[in-house]
Amino acid sequence: MKAETKELPAEIMELQMGPSHPATHGTIKFNLKLDGEKVLECDVEVGFLHRGFDKSCEQATWTQVIPYTDRLNYASSLINNVGYALAVEKLIGAETPLRCQYIRVIVSELARIYDHLTCCGMASSELGAITAGFYMIEARELITRIIENLTGARLTVTYVRIGGLKHDLPHDFGESVARAFKTIRRLLDDCDRLLSRNRIFLDRLSNVGVISQETALSYCLTGPILRATGVDYDVRKAFPYLVYDQVDFEVPVGSRGDNYDRFLCRIREIEQSMKIVDQALANLPVGPVWIEDPRFVLPEKEKVYGSIEGLMHHFKIIMEGIHVPAGETYFAVEGGNGELGFYIVSDGGGRPYRIRVRPPCFIAMGAFHEMIKGYMVADIVPTFGMVNMIGGECDR
Amino acid sequence: MAETNSQLAAIQGKLGSKVIETLQPQGDDVLILDRSGLRESFRILKEDPGLDFAFLSDITAVDYWQKKEARFEVVYQILSLAKRRRLRIRVPVPENDPAVESLTPLWHGANFMEREVWDLFGIRFIDHPDLRRILLYDEFKGYPLRKDYPVNLVQPRVPERPVDGTFVDERSRNKLLRLKKSLGSKI
Repeated sequence: MKAETKELPAEIMELQMGPSHPATHGTIKFNLKLDGEKVLECDVEVGFLHRGFDKSCEQATWTQVIPYTDRLNYASSLINNVGYALAVEKLIGAETPLRCQYIRVIVSELARIYDHLTCCGMASSELGAITAGFYMIEARELITRIIENLTGARLTVTYVRIGGLKHDLPHDFGESVARAFKTIRRLLDDCDRLLSRNRIFLDRLSNVGVISQETALSYCLTGPILRATGVDYDVRKAFPYLVYDQVDFEVPVGSRGDNYDRFLCRIREIEQSMKIVDQALANLPVGPVWIEDPRFVLPEKEKVYGSIEGLMHHFKIIMEGIHVPAGETYFAVEGGNGELGFYIVSDGGGRPYRIRVRPPCFIAMGAFHEMIKGYMVADIVPTFGMVNMIGGECDR
Repeated sequence: MAETNSQLAAIQGKLGSKVIETLQPQGDDVLILDRSGLRESFRILKEDPGLDFAFLSDITAVDYWQKKEARFEVVYQILSLAKRRRLRIRVPVPENDPAVESLTPLWHGANFMEREVWDLFGIRFIDHPDLRRILLYDEFKGYPLRKDYPVNLVQPRVPERPVDGTFVDERSRNKLLRLKKSLGSKI
Protein backbone atom coordinates (compact mmCIF):
# COMPACT_ATOMS: atom_id res chain seq x y z
CA MET A 1 0.00 0.00 0.00
CA LYS A 2 1.29 3.40 -0.89
CA ALA A 3 2.06 5.64 2.01
CA GLU A 4 -0.20 8.60 2.12
CA THR A 5 1.39 11.92 2.83
CA LYS A 6 -0.65 13.95 5.16
CA GLU A 7 -0.12 17.63 5.77
CA LEU A 8 0.26 18.47 9.41
CA PRO A 9 -2.07 21.19 10.57
CA ALA A 10 -0.06 24.41 10.37
CA GLU A 11 -2.02 26.22 12.99
CA ILE A 12 -0.23 28.58 15.29
CA MET A 13 -0.49 27.37 18.86
CA GLU A 14 -0.55 29.65 21.85
CA LEU A 15 1.14 28.33 24.95
CA GLN A 16 1.50 29.91 28.34
CA MET A 17 4.62 28.86 30.18
CA GLY A 18 4.67 29.83 33.83
CA PRO A 19 4.29 31.74 36.09
CA SER A 20 5.15 28.71 38.17
CA HIS A 21 7.11 26.29 36.07
CA PRO A 22 9.61 23.74 37.42
CA ALA A 23 12.26 24.66 34.85
CA THR A 24 12.08 28.40 35.31
CA HIS A 25 13.58 29.02 38.73
CA GLY A 26 11.77 32.29 39.26
CA THR A 27 8.21 33.43 38.91
CA ILE A 28 7.83 34.59 35.36
CA LYS A 29 5.41 33.93 32.53
CA PHE A 30 6.11 33.44 28.85
CA ASN A 31 3.19 33.84 26.48
CA LEU A 32 4.41 31.87 23.49
CA LYS A 33 3.18 31.61 19.92
CA LEU A 34 4.42 28.36 18.46
CA ASP A 35 4.64 26.85 15.02
CA GLY A 36 5.06 23.21 15.97
CA GLU A 37 7.95 23.43 18.41
CA LYS A 38 9.40 26.60 16.96
CA VAL A 39 8.94 29.81 18.93
CA LEU A 40 7.50 32.54 16.73
CA GLU A 41 6.76 35.09 19.39
CA CYS A 42 7.45 35.32 23.07
CA ASP A 43 5.84 37.91 25.29
CA VAL A 44 7.53 38.02 28.69
CA GLU A 45 5.37 38.88 31.66
CA VAL A 46 7.28 39.98 34.75
CA GLY A 47 6.20 41.52 38.02
CA PHE A 48 4.94 38.52 39.98
CA LEU A 49 7.37 39.31 42.78
CA HIS A 50 6.77 43.07 42.78
CA ARG A 51 6.63 44.32 46.35
CA GLY A 52 7.23 48.03 45.92
CA PHE A 53 10.93 48.34 46.67
CA ASP A 54 11.03 51.99 45.56
CA LYS A 55 7.99 53.01 47.58
CA SER A 56 9.17 51.11 50.68
CA CYS A 57 12.55 52.85 50.52
CA GLU A 58 10.84 56.25 50.60
CA GLN A 59 9.32 55.32 53.98
CA ALA A 60 12.57 54.12 55.56
CA THR A 61 15.66 55.97 56.77
CA TRP A 62 18.78 55.81 54.62
CA THR A 63 20.24 53.07 56.82
CA GLN A 64 17.03 51.04 56.88
CA VAL A 65 17.20 50.70 53.10
CA ILE A 66 20.24 48.40 53.35
CA PRO A 67 18.22 45.30 54.33
CA TYR A 68 15.87 46.03 51.41
CA THR A 69 18.80 46.00 49.01
CA ASP A 70 19.70 42.50 50.26
CA ARG A 71 16.45 41.30 48.83
CA LEU A 72 17.05 42.59 45.31
CA ASN A 73 19.41 40.07 43.80
CA TYR A 74 19.59 37.72 46.74
CA ALA A 75 22.27 35.63 45.07
CA SER A 76 24.71 38.54 45.39
CA SER A 77 23.29 40.63 48.19
CA LEU A 78 26.74 41.89 49.21
CA ILE A 79 27.18 43.62 45.85
CA ASN A 80 23.82 45.35 46.30
CA ASN A 81 24.88 46.53 49.77
CA VAL A 82 28.17 47.86 48.39
CA GLY A 83 26.50 49.58 45.43
CA TYR A 84 23.91 51.32 47.57
CA ALA A 85 26.45 52.41 50.19
CA LEU A 86 28.74 53.80 47.49
CA ALA A 87 25.87 55.75 45.91
CA VAL A 88 24.93 57.37 49.23
CA GLU A 89 28.58 58.05 50.05
CA LYS A 90 28.96 59.75 46.68
CA LEU A 91 26.10 62.10 47.56
CA ILE A 92 27.59 62.73 51.02
CA GLY A 93 31.04 63.23 49.51
CA ALA A 94 32.70 60.76 51.87
CA GLU A 95 35.44 58.32 51.04
CA THR A 96 35.87 55.27 53.24
CA PRO A 97 39.29 54.18 54.57
CA LEU A 98 41.45 51.96 52.39
CA ARG A 99 40.93 48.85 54.49
CA CYS A 100 37.16 49.23 54.15
CA GLN A 101 37.50 49.56 50.36
CA TYR A 102 39.60 46.40 50.17
CA ILE A 103 37.11 44.46 52.27
CA ARG A 104 34.27 45.71 50.08
CA VAL A 105 36.12 44.44 47.01
CA ILE A 106 36.67 41.06 48.69
CA VAL A 107 33.01 40.63 49.68
CA SER A 108 31.80 41.83 46.26
CA GLU A 109 33.90 39.22 44.53
CA LEU A 110 32.76 36.48 46.93
CA ALA A 111 29.18 37.44 46.11
CA ARG A 112 29.97 37.38 42.40
CA ILE A 113 31.38 33.86 42.69
CA TYR A 114 28.22 32.86 44.55
CA ASP A 115 26.03 34.42 41.86
CA HIS A 116 27.83 32.76 38.95
CA LEU A 117 27.94 29.39 40.68
CA THR A 118 24.19 29.60 41.30
CA CYS A 119 23.52 30.50 37.69
CA CYS A 120 25.80 27.88 36.12
CA GLY A 121 24.91 25.17 38.62
CA MET A 122 21.18 25.62 38.19
CA ALA A 123 21.43 25.89 34.42
CA SER A 124 23.50 22.72 34.10
CA SER A 125 21.29 20.68 36.42
CA GLU A 126 18.22 21.80 34.43
CA LEU A 127 19.90 20.34 31.35
CA GLY A 128 20.38 17.01 33.07
CA ALA A 129 23.93 17.54 34.30
CA ILE A 130 22.86 16.98 37.89
CA THR A 131 26.35 15.91 38.99
CA ALA A 132 28.00 19.09 37.77
CA GLY A 133 25.12 21.06 39.25
CA PHE A 134 25.68 19.53 42.67
CA TYR A 135 29.43 20.11 42.46
CA MET A 136 28.77 23.79 41.86
CA ILE A 137 26.24 23.93 44.68
CA GLU A 138 28.87 22.33 46.91
CA ALA A 139 31.34 25.04 45.88
CA ARG A 140 28.66 27.65 46.53
CA GLU A 141 28.08 26.23 49.98
CA LEU A 142 31.75 26.90 50.83
CA ILE A 143 31.28 30.56 49.88
CA THR A 144 28.05 30.67 51.90
CA ARG A 145 29.92 29.43 54.96
CA ILE A 146 32.56 32.13 54.60
CA ILE A 147 29.82 34.74 54.25
CA GLU A 148 27.99 33.30 57.26
CA ASN A 149 31.15 33.35 59.33
CA LEU A 150 31.72 36.96 58.31
CA THR A 151 28.25 38.44 58.53
CA GLY A 152 26.18 36.04 60.60
CA ALA A 153 23.69 35.42 57.79
CA ARG A 154 23.77 33.15 54.80
CA LEU A 155 21.71 35.06 52.27
CA THR A 156 20.39 38.44 53.39
CA VAL A 157 23.56 39.71 54.94
CA THR A 158 23.20 43.49 55.59
CA TYR A 159 26.95 43.72 56.09
CA VAL A 160 27.86 47.05 54.52
CA ARG A 161 26.92 50.33 56.20
CA ILE A 162 26.90 53.87 54.89
CA GLY A 163 30.41 55.03 55.70
CA GLY A 164 31.82 51.67 56.65
CA LEU A 165 31.10 48.06 57.48
CA LYS A 166 29.19 46.28 60.21
CA HIS A 167 32.50 45.02 61.60
CA ASP A 168 35.96 44.04 60.52
CA LEU A 169 36.94 40.65 59.10
CA PRO A 170 37.18 37.73 61.57
CA HIS A 171 40.74 36.74 62.48
CA ASP A 172 40.70 33.45 60.53
CA PHE A 173 39.14 34.92 57.39
CA GLY A 174 42.25 34.66 55.18
CA GLU A 175 42.88 31.00 55.98
CA SER A 176 39.26 29.97 55.55
CA VAL A 177 39.08 31.70 52.16
CA ALA A 178 42.33 30.06 51.04
CA ARG A 179 41.03 26.65 52.13
CA ALA A 180 37.68 27.15 50.41
CA PHE A 181 39.27 28.41 47.18
CA LYS A 182 41.47 25.32 47.02
CA THR A 183 38.38 23.10 47.09
CA ILE A 184 36.43 25.36 44.72
CA ARG A 185 39.25 25.24 42.16
CA ARG A 186 39.25 21.45 42.35
CA LEU A 187 35.45 21.33 41.99
CA LEU A 188 35.52 23.70 39.03
CA ASP A 189 38.16 21.50 37.38
CA ASP A 190 35.83 18.55 37.83
CA CYS A 191 32.93 20.53 36.35
CA ASP A 192 35.12 21.55 33.45
CA ARG A 193 35.90 17.90 32.73
CA LEU A 194 32.23 16.98 33.06
CA LEU A 195 30.78 19.78 30.96
CA SER A 196 33.10 21.66 28.65
CA ARG A 197 33.43 18.89 26.05
CA ASN A 198 30.23 17.08 26.92
CA ARG A 199 28.27 16.37 23.73
CA ILE A 200 24.80 16.83 25.24
CA PHE A 201 25.73 19.98 27.10
CA LEU A 202 27.37 21.53 24.03
CA ASP A 203 24.44 20.66 21.78
CA ARG A 204 22.00 22.25 24.16
CA LEU A 205 24.00 25.44 24.67
CA SER A 206 26.12 26.33 21.66
CA ASN A 207 24.41 28.31 18.91
CA VAL A 208 21.29 28.63 21.02
CA GLY A 209 19.92 31.97 22.15
CA VAL A 210 22.33 33.81 19.85
CA ILE A 211 22.21 37.58 19.95
CA SER A 212 24.40 39.83 17.83
CA GLN A 213 26.57 42.59 19.22
CA GLU A 214 24.45 45.38 17.71
CA THR A 215 21.24 43.85 19.04
CA ALA A 216 22.74 43.37 22.49
CA LEU A 217 23.82 47.02 22.61
CA SER A 218 20.45 48.19 21.32
CA TYR A 219 18.72 46.22 24.06
CA CYS A 220 20.94 47.90 26.68
CA LEU A 221 22.27 44.54 27.87
CA THR A 222 25.22 44.43 30.25
CA GLY A 223 27.17 41.81 32.14
CA PRO A 224 27.97 38.31 30.86
CA ILE A 225 25.29 38.48 28.15
CA LEU A 226 26.87 41.55 26.57
CA ARG A 227 30.42 40.29 27.11
CA ALA A 228 29.54 36.98 25.42
CA THR A 229 28.97 38.98 22.23
CA GLY A 230 32.48 40.42 22.40
CA VAL A 231 31.98 43.84 24.03
CA ASP A 232 34.40 44.19 26.94
CA TYR A 233 32.16 46.51 28.97
CA ASP A 234 32.68 45.85 32.64
CA VAL A 235 31.96 48.65 35.11
CA ARG A 236 34.93 47.57 37.21
CA LYS A 237 37.26 48.37 34.28
CA ALA A 238 35.35 51.13 32.51
CA PHE A 239 34.55 53.24 35.58
CA PRO A 240 36.82 51.82 38.32
CA TYR A 241 35.42 52.20 41.82
CA LEU A 242 36.86 51.15 45.20
CA VAL A 243 40.32 49.69 44.54
CA TYR A 244 39.56 47.80 41.34
CA ASP A 245 42.17 49.88 39.51
CA GLN A 246 44.84 48.52 41.86
CA VAL A 247 44.16 44.81 41.35
CA ASP A 248 45.15 42.85 38.29
CA PHE A 249 42.34 40.98 36.55
CA GLU A 250 40.98 40.34 33.09
CA VAL A 251 37.51 40.72 31.64
CA PRO A 252 36.65 37.50 29.80
CA VAL A 253 34.75 38.08 26.56
CA GLY A 254 33.11 35.67 24.15
CA SER A 255 32.60 35.98 20.43
CA ARG A 256 29.40 34.26 19.31
CA GLY A 257 26.91 35.62 21.81
CA ASP A 258 25.28 32.23 22.41
CA ASN A 259 24.49 30.44 25.63
CA TYR A 260 27.76 28.52 25.66
CA ASP A 261 29.77 31.76 25.53
CA ARG A 262 27.67 33.15 28.36
CA PHE A 263 28.40 30.01 30.38
CA LEU A 264 32.14 30.26 29.69
CA CYS A 265 32.19 33.98 30.52
CA ARG A 266 30.68 33.25 33.91
CA ILE A 267 33.02 30.35 34.66
CA ARG A 268 36.08 32.42 33.70
CA GLU A 269 34.81 35.32 35.79
CA ILE A 270 34.72 33.01 38.80
CA GLU A 271 38.43 32.35 38.26
CA GLN A 272 39.15 36.08 37.89
CA SER A 273 37.15 36.85 41.03
CA MET A 274 39.18 34.34 43.02
CA LYS A 275 42.31 36.00 41.67
CA ILE A 276 41.03 39.40 42.83
CA VAL A 277 40.21 38.09 46.31
CA ASP A 278 43.67 36.51 46.62
CA GLN A 279 45.36 39.78 45.66
CA ALA A 280 43.15 41.90 47.90
CA LEU A 281 43.79 39.62 50.89
CA ALA A 282 47.52 39.75 50.24
CA ASN A 283 47.54 43.57 50.09
CA LEU A 284 44.96 44.17 52.80
CA PRO A 285 46.10 47.27 54.72
CA VAL A 286 45.56 47.72 58.45
CA GLY A 287 43.47 50.54 59.80
CA PRO A 288 39.90 51.50 60.57
CA VAL A 289 36.91 50.38 58.50
CA TRP A 290 34.75 53.41 59.29
CA ILE A 291 34.89 57.01 58.16
CA GLU A 292 35.47 59.48 60.99
CA ASP A 293 32.36 61.61 60.77
CA PRO A 294 29.96 61.62 63.71
CA ARG A 295 27.11 62.79 61.46
CA PHE A 296 26.95 59.43 59.71
CA VAL A 297 28.53 56.94 62.09
CA LEU A 298 26.90 55.49 65.18
CA PRO A 299 28.94 56.19 68.35
CA GLU A 300 30.62 53.35 70.21
CA LYS A 301 28.45 51.57 72.76
CA GLU A 302 30.63 52.76 75.64
CA LYS A 303 29.83 56.36 74.75
CA VAL A 304 26.12 55.60 74.28
CA TYR A 305 25.80 54.11 77.76
CA GLY A 306 28.41 56.31 79.42
CA SER A 307 27.63 59.86 78.27
CA ILE A 308 24.57 61.93 77.51
CA GLU A 309 26.06 63.26 74.26
CA GLY A 310 26.67 59.73 73.01
CA LEU A 311 23.14 58.68 73.89
CA MET A 312 21.56 61.70 72.15
CA HIS A 313 23.75 61.18 69.14
CA HIS A 314 22.77 57.52 68.92
CA PHE A 315 19.09 58.39 69.34
CA LYS A 316 19.16 61.05 66.61
CA ILE A 317 20.79 58.73 64.06
CA ILE A 318 18.42 55.87 64.81
CA MET A 319 15.19 57.88 64.99
CA GLU A 320 15.76 60.57 62.36
CA GLY A 321 18.27 58.83 60.20
CA ILE A 322 21.46 60.30 58.86
CA HIS A 323 20.99 63.53 56.94
CA VAL A 324 22.16 63.16 53.39
CA PRO A 325 22.64 66.52 51.66
CA ALA A 326 20.01 67.43 49.08
CA GLY A 327 20.86 66.43 45.54
CA GLU A 328 20.75 63.54 43.13
CA THR A 329 23.35 61.11 41.92
CA TYR A 330 23.85 57.89 40.01
CA PHE A 331 26.37 55.25 40.90
CA ALA A 332 26.85 51.94 39.15
CA VAL A 333 28.74 48.84 40.21
CA GLU A 334 29.25 45.60 38.32
CA GLY A 335 26.70 43.18 39.71
CA GLY A 336 26.58 39.46 39.01
CA ASN A 337 24.36 40.02 35.98
CA GLY A 338 25.60 43.38 34.76
CA GLU A 339 25.53 47.06 35.56
CA LEU A 340 23.75 47.52 38.88
CA GLY A 341 23.06 51.22 39.19
CA PHE A 342 21.55 53.24 41.99
CA TYR A 343 19.93 56.59 41.16
CA ILE A 344 19.21 58.34 44.44
CA VAL A 345 17.53 61.65 45.14
CA SER A 346 17.69 63.31 48.55
CA ASP A 347 15.76 66.32 49.77
CA GLY A 348 18.14 66.78 52.69
CA GLY A 349 16.03 64.82 55.17
CA GLY A 350 16.64 61.59 56.99
CA ARG A 351 14.69 59.56 54.43
CA PRO A 352 15.40 59.02 50.73
CA TYR A 353 13.22 61.04 48.37
CA ARG A 354 13.62 58.52 45.58
CA ILE A 355 15.73 55.41 45.07
CA ARG A 356 15.82 53.77 41.71
CA VAL A 357 17.73 50.58 41.00
CA ARG A 358 18.84 49.81 37.50
CA PRO A 359 18.12 46.09 37.54
CA PRO A 360 20.34 44.27 35.03
CA CYS A 361 18.14 41.18 34.73
CA PHE A 362 14.92 43.16 34.22
CA ILE A 363 16.54 44.77 31.20
CA ALA A 364 17.86 41.39 30.05
CA MET A 365 14.33 40.00 30.21
CA GLY A 366 13.34 42.83 27.85
CA ALA A 367 15.59 41.24 25.24
CA PHE A 368 14.54 37.66 25.95
CA HIS A 369 12.06 37.43 23.06
CA GLU A 370 14.89 38.40 20.72
CA MET A 371 17.16 35.66 22.10
CA ILE A 372 14.57 32.90 21.80
CA LYS A 373 12.85 33.82 18.54
CA GLY A 374 13.21 31.00 16.00
CA TYR A 375 14.46 28.42 18.49
CA MET A 376 12.66 25.45 20.04
CA VAL A 377 10.50 25.48 23.16
CA ALA A 378 13.13 23.35 24.92
CA ASP A 379 15.73 26.06 24.28
CA ILE A 380 13.86 28.45 26.55
CA VAL A 381 15.17 26.59 29.61
CA PRO A 382 18.94 26.97 28.98
CA THR A 383 18.53 30.51 27.61
CA PHE A 384 16.49 31.59 30.59
CA GLY A 385 18.99 29.84 32.86
CA MET A 386 21.88 31.79 31.37
CA VAL A 387 20.07 35.13 31.77
CA ASN A 388 19.97 34.32 35.49
CA MET A 389 16.79 36.22 36.18
CA ILE A 390 16.43 36.77 39.92
CA GLY A 391 12.84 37.66 40.78
CA GLY A 392 13.76 39.93 43.66
CA GLU A 393 15.77 42.20 41.41
CA CYS A 394 13.72 41.89 38.23
CA ASP A 395 10.39 42.74 39.87
CA ARG A 396 11.59 44.73 42.91
CA MET B 1 37.28 69.78 35.46
CA ALA B 2 38.16 72.06 32.57
CA GLU B 3 37.95 69.15 30.18
CA THR B 4 34.53 68.18 31.53
CA ASN B 5 33.27 71.69 31.05
CA SER B 6 34.40 71.67 27.45
CA GLN B 7 32.53 68.38 27.01
CA LEU B 8 29.30 69.90 28.29
CA ALA B 9 29.92 73.01 26.19
CA ALA B 10 30.32 70.82 23.09
CA ILE B 11 27.00 69.11 23.79
CA GLN B 12 25.35 72.46 24.33
CA GLY B 13 26.73 73.65 21.02
CA LYS B 14 25.26 70.65 19.20
CA LEU B 15 21.84 70.74 20.85
CA GLY B 16 21.44 74.51 20.93
CA SER B 17 18.31 75.88 22.49
CA LYS B 18 17.07 72.45 23.65
CA VAL B 19 19.44 72.64 26.61
CA ILE B 20 17.78 74.40 29.54
CA GLU B 21 20.67 74.04 31.95
CA THR B 22 23.93 72.18 32.50
CA LEU B 23 24.97 71.03 35.97
CA GLN B 24 27.87 69.16 37.52
CA PRO B 25 26.87 67.74 40.89
CA GLN B 26 29.47 65.39 42.45
CA GLY B 27 31.47 65.44 39.22
CA ASP B 28 28.63 63.97 37.12
CA ASP B 29 27.62 65.60 33.86
CA VAL B 30 23.96 66.53 33.96
CA LEU B 31 21.92 68.09 31.21
CA ILE B 32 18.41 69.43 31.60
CA LEU B 33 16.68 69.15 28.23
CA ASP B 34 13.45 70.48 26.83
CA ARG B 35 10.95 67.74 26.03
CA SER B 36 10.04 69.10 22.60
CA GLY B 37 11.99 67.23 19.95
CA LEU B 38 13.47 64.95 22.60
CA ARG B 39 14.04 62.02 20.28
CA GLU B 40 15.94 64.23 17.86
CA SER B 41 18.16 65.47 20.69
CA PHE B 42 18.90 61.88 21.68
CA ARG B 43 19.56 60.98 18.06
CA ILE B 44 22.23 63.70 17.94
CA LEU B 45 23.73 62.52 21.23
CA LYS B 46 23.77 58.93 19.99
CA GLU B 47 24.92 59.35 16.42
CA ASP B 48 27.14 62.42 16.39
CA PRO B 49 30.70 61.03 16.20
CA GLY B 50 32.02 63.77 18.49
CA LEU B 51 29.54 62.88 21.24
CA ASP B 52 28.98 59.15 20.70
CA PHE B 53 26.65 58.42 23.62
CA ALA B 54 25.59 55.17 22.00
CA PHE B 55 24.57 53.18 25.07
CA LEU B 56 21.38 53.79 27.00
CA SER B 57 21.84 52.69 30.55
CA ASP B 58 18.63 53.56 32.34
CA ILE B 59 15.34 55.44 32.16
CA THR B 60 13.45 56.41 35.28
CA ALA B 61 11.39 59.28 36.67
CA VAL B 62 11.08 61.32 39.84
CA ASP B 63 7.91 62.93 41.16
CA TYR B 64 8.64 66.39 42.60
CA TRP B 65 5.09 66.92 43.79
CA GLN B 66 4.61 70.41 45.24
CA LYS B 67 8.36 70.93 45.05
CA LYS B 68 9.00 71.95 41.49
CA GLU B 69 7.04 73.81 38.85
CA ALA B 70 7.07 70.89 36.44
CA ARG B 71 5.91 68.00 38.60
CA PHE B 72 7.77 65.10 36.99
CA GLU B 73 11.25 64.63 35.74
CA VAL B 74 12.18 61.78 33.43
CA VAL B 75 15.81 60.84 34.00
CA TYR B 76 17.98 59.13 31.39
CA GLN B 77 21.45 57.71 32.00
CA ILE B 78 23.43 57.35 28.80
CA LEU B 79 27.07 56.53 28.30
CA SER B 80 29.75 56.35 25.68
CA LEU B 81 31.43 52.95 25.71
CA ALA B 82 34.35 54.14 23.58
CA LYS B 83 35.10 57.29 25.60
CA ARG B 84 34.09 55.85 28.98
CA ARG B 85 31.91 58.84 29.83
CA ARG B 86 28.54 59.01 31.49
CA LEU B 87 25.87 61.64 30.95
CA ARG B 88 22.63 62.13 32.83
CA ILE B 89 19.71 63.83 31.14
CA ARG B 90 16.75 65.20 33.03
CA VAL B 91 13.59 66.19 31.22
CA PRO B 92 10.95 68.19 33.13
CA VAL B 93 7.40 67.03 32.41
CA PRO B 94 4.35 69.03 33.59
CA GLU B 95 1.50 67.41 35.49
CA ASN B 96 -1.32 68.43 33.11
CA ASP B 97 0.22 66.66 30.13
CA PRO B 98 2.56 63.91 31.37
CA ALA B 99 4.01 62.69 28.09
CA VAL B 100 7.42 62.53 26.42
CA GLU B 101 8.57 61.05 23.13
CA SER B 102 9.53 57.41 23.27
CA LEU B 103 13.13 56.39 22.60
CA THR B 104 12.23 52.90 21.34
CA PRO B 105 13.16 53.80 17.72
CA LEU B 106 16.71 54.52 18.93
CA TRP B 107 17.14 51.75 21.52
CA HIS B 108 15.02 48.60 21.71
CA GLY B 109 15.89 48.34 25.39
CA ALA B 110 13.90 51.51 26.11
CA ASN B 111 10.74 49.44 25.65
CA PHE B 112 10.75 47.76 29.08
CA MET B 113 12.12 50.78 30.94
CA GLU B 114 9.49 53.13 29.51
CA ARG B 115 6.76 50.63 30.28
CA GLU B 116 7.92 50.61 33.87
CA VAL B 117 7.83 54.42 34.10
CA TRP B 118 4.33 54.41 32.60
CA ASP B 119 3.28 51.70 35.04
CA LEU B 120 4.55 53.36 38.20
CA PHE B 121 4.34 57.09 37.36
CA GLY B 122 1.70 57.34 34.65
CA ILE B 123 3.94 59.24 32.25
CA ARG B 124 2.97 58.41 28.67
CA PHE B 125 5.58 57.75 26.00
CA ILE B 126 4.45 58.95 22.58
CA ASP B 127 4.93 56.39 19.76
CA HIS B 128 5.76 53.58 22.15
CA PRO B 129 4.81 50.33 20.39
CA ASP B 130 3.38 48.52 23.38
CA LEU B 131 2.59 50.77 26.36
CA ARG B 132 1.09 48.31 28.85
CA ARG B 133 1.56 47.93 32.58
CA ILE B 134 4.56 45.74 33.31
CA LEU B 135 5.18 45.19 37.03
CA LEU B 136 1.57 45.68 38.14
CA TYR B 137 -1.59 44.12 36.76
CA ASP B 138 -3.93 45.73 34.23
CA GLU B 139 -6.73 46.36 36.74
CA PHE B 140 -4.49 48.33 39.11
CA LYS B 141 -5.84 51.84 39.71
CA GLY B 142 -3.46 54.77 40.03
CA TYR B 143 0.30 55.11 39.80
CA PRO B 144 2.01 53.99 43.01
CA LEU B 145 5.28 55.91 42.79
CA ARG B 146 3.53 59.27 42.59
CA LYS B 147 3.98 61.08 45.87
CA ASP B 148 0.21 61.58 46.31
CA TYR B 149 -0.41 57.82 46.18
CA PRO B 150 -0.83 56.74 49.84
CA VAL B 151 1.57 54.01 50.82
CA ASN B 152 -1.07 51.96 52.65
CA LEU B 153 -3.82 52.20 50.02
CA VAL B 154 -5.56 48.87 49.43
CA GLN B 155 -6.52 48.08 45.86
CA PRO B 156 -9.94 46.55 45.12
CA ARG B 157 -10.05 42.84 44.45
CA VAL B 158 -9.95 41.83 40.82
CA PRO B 159 -13.13 39.93 39.88
CA GLU B 160 -12.63 36.41 38.64
CA ARG B 161 -12.99 35.85 34.94
CA PRO B 162 -16.15 33.95 33.98
CA VAL B 163 -15.14 30.57 32.59
CA ASP B 164 -17.63 28.55 30.56
CA GLY B 165 -17.69 24.83 30.10
CA THR B 166 -15.03 23.91 32.60
CA PHE B 167 -15.21 20.72 34.55
CA VAL B 168 -17.08 21.05 37.84
CA ASP B 169 -16.81 18.33 40.41
CA GLU B 170 -20.40 17.72 41.54
CA ARG B 171 -19.37 16.01 44.75
CA SER B 172 -17.30 18.87 46.01
CA ARG B 173 -19.96 21.32 44.90
CA ASN B 174 -22.63 19.43 46.82
CA LYS B 175 -20.34 19.31 49.81
CA LEU B 176 -19.90 23.05 49.58
CA LEU B 177 -23.66 23.60 49.33
CA ARG B 178 -24.24 21.37 52.38
CA LEU B 179 -21.61 23.28 54.28
CA LYS B 180 -23.20 26.58 53.38
CA LYS B 181 -26.60 25.28 54.40
CA SER B 182 -25.39 24.07 57.77
CA LEU B 183 -23.60 27.35 58.41
CA GLY B 184 -26.52 29.40 57.13
CA SER B 185 -28.15 29.76 60.51
CA LYS B 186 -24.91 30.87 62.14
CA ILE B 187 -23.78 33.48 59.63
